[in-house]
Amino acid sequence: MDFKFTEEQELLRSAFAEFAKEKIAPNAAKWDEEDYCPVELMPEMGEIGILGVFVPEEYGGVGLGHTERVMALEEIARYSAGLAMMVFTHQLGMAAILDFGTEEQKNKYLPEMCAGTKICGLAVTEPGGGSDVAGQKTGAELADGQWTINGRKCFITNSHIADTTVVTCRTGEDEKGRAQFSAIIIEAGTEGFTPGRHENKLGLKGSVTGELIMNNVKVPEGNVVGKVGQGTPIAMKEIGEVGRASMTAICVGILRGCLEDAVKFANERVVYGKPIAKLQAIQFHVAEIRIDYEAARLMLYRAASVKDAGEPAATEFSMAKHFGTEAAARSAKRTIELMGGYGVVNEYAAGRYLRDAMACISSGGTSEIQRIIVAGDTLKRF
Amino acid sequence: MRILVCVKPVPDPEQYGKIQIDPETKRLMRDGIPMAINPADKNALEEAIRIRDAFGGSITVLSMTLPSARDKIMESLAMGADEAYLLSDAAFGGSDTYATSCILAEAVKKIAEETGGSFDLILAGSSSADGATSHVPAQLAEWLKLPHLCNVNRIEVADKANSIGAAEGAGEGGCVVRAWKKTEDGRLLFEGSLPAVISVTRDLNKPRLVSAMGIIKARKKPLTLWSNEELKLDPVKIGLEGSPTKSGKTFEPDLARQAEDLGSDPEEIADKILSIMKKAGV
Repeated sequence: MDFKFTEEQELLRSAFAEFAKEKIAPNAAKWDEEDYCPVELMPEMGEIGILGVFVPEEYGGVGLGHTERVMALEEIARYSAGLAMMVFTHQLGMAAILDFGTEEQKNKYLPEMCAGTKICGLAVTEPGGGSDVAGQKTGAELADGQWTINGRKCFITNSHIADTTVVTCRTGEDEKGRAQFSAIIIEAGTEGFTPGRHENKLGLKGSVTGELIMNNVKVPEGNVVGKVGQGTPIAMKEIGEVGRASMTAICVGILRGCLEDAVKFANERVVYGKPIAKLQAIQFHVAEIRIDYEAARLMLYRAASVKDAGEPAATEFSMAKHFGTEAAARSAKRTIELMGGYGVVNEYAAGRYLRDAMACISSGGTSEIQRIIVAGDTLKRF
Repeated sequence: MRILVCVKPVPDPEQYGKIQIDPETKRLMRDGIPMAINPADKNALEEAIRIRDAFGGSITVLSMTLPSARDKIMESLAMGADEAYLLSDAAFGGSDTYATSCILAEAVKKIAEETGGSFDLILAGSSSADGATSHVPAQLAEWLKLPHLCNVNRIEVADKANSIGAAEGAGEGGCVVRAWKKTEDGRLLFEGSLPAVISVTRDLNKPRLVSAMGIIKARKKPLTLWSNEELKLDPVKIGLEGSPTKSGKTFEPDLARQAEDLGSDPEEIADKILSIMKKAGV
């Protein structure tokens, strides 16, 4: 067992970190304050290879894996969890097309998405269903070679900026009368397909979250991703492995922010003639944040390596997501406490870390949902 | 156009607050400090890439460093260099700029011999972020008997036909090089024939960011490791023994500032500040 990244992976991390320091760090606070989504950075991220790092070269990607993908997200989230949220949702839709799409769909969509000239999204959640898959009401009917789609999705990241969205729709029933869902590609500008309400979130600002409304939207029959009726497995696989991996990566980035900011503050803040880092009470905070960071990081990269080895990794990512998001919220609160009055001043990023971490807990399945998944696997396995 | 760029891995300038100097050996204690490519060397490499992309040719990176800094040489390849030579040997340890430039010069000659062609242009950062002597590029040029310019902040390579007439003859390929340097009064323009050694400043250009695809391509590019077994330099000319520079005493300057309590009455404070300023001759 070797816990070291390869030389190539270290170089990649260094390249992603340099990009994040130069392009993201100076603007992250402003994007958060103005809830601004920096879509103009997408082509630059495409050029660096962040967006398509896990996509094979033949579709315009770099041809590496999900370990490298979450590494990039960690570096972005170190400074802007909101931007990382936007990037990973783009990759979530790409992953659905890559894993289940036809050759034609892959060739049509992936190169521009890798380049960052087109933005992607994946829409599953509805007012009455998200983690409760069967609660989805958006329906699609096939007639004369066209799907006609009606319904409403909510809490959809990239809702107002995506050029292409993979939408899960109810398309029929199986032999036992259970609802069947399919994943269908809808392009922005299609008649009847409009973004609705734009959510004003607690955290992860800078990523756009909102509704998607489908009113008699007509798309070609060939826009279905995978097979008809395969929508639920597609959504579960991508959210379970790509989505939760990404939420964990974002939280590892937040944790590193907490750690670096806490240490810097503790060394610089002088009280009673010495830096507060000399005080044991402060050292305990620093140690707890470090432990949370290291543990979340280990869980993330272990799960990513399981996925890259081609093995099922949904439970590993559920555990990592549960631990990582809760740890990030815990550590952000600690960082605020360590900073005393300064911790609640928005000039420091600690408050943003807490808001972002709290928003991560509910994205991609709440902690309770993760516990259900982990318990289900554990009760079968042990 | 065959270009060689000297690249030096240095302790990451962002971590300089953590660097200490060994009081005995007077050498930097680098343990635990991550390395980075010397910032001005990145500008040199960026310029080399731009010239190569415009005129064709190849870029060779040359670095004398520890084997552990190999990843920084890989980074140079990922940025766009075509091949790299890493010189590393315990015998090189402790070399000052004189001995270092001697080693680099020997390597430049050997690369040219082995690859069947000399370099048209040698670029380097004007100074390193750690030692900051600015000696090496000029010394390297002297060892190689080449013309050299330092602290250049703009470079143009032009066809000989477009020469402004300052260059005596032109290098292979019929190119001349124009270089600008900033002075207190303005700028100086030089034109010269190739080959030449030019050291550059950080305002020359903006180095490109390394891409993931560049990193993938870098693993297929040649990276050659040479020790003194290959260079066969006389041990008395290199390392500590071959270094005429001897460090003197080191000390930490007292940067503490004097403070004076001016009280709390605004009028009184203003009078006192005026009096202090007058006394200081402001």
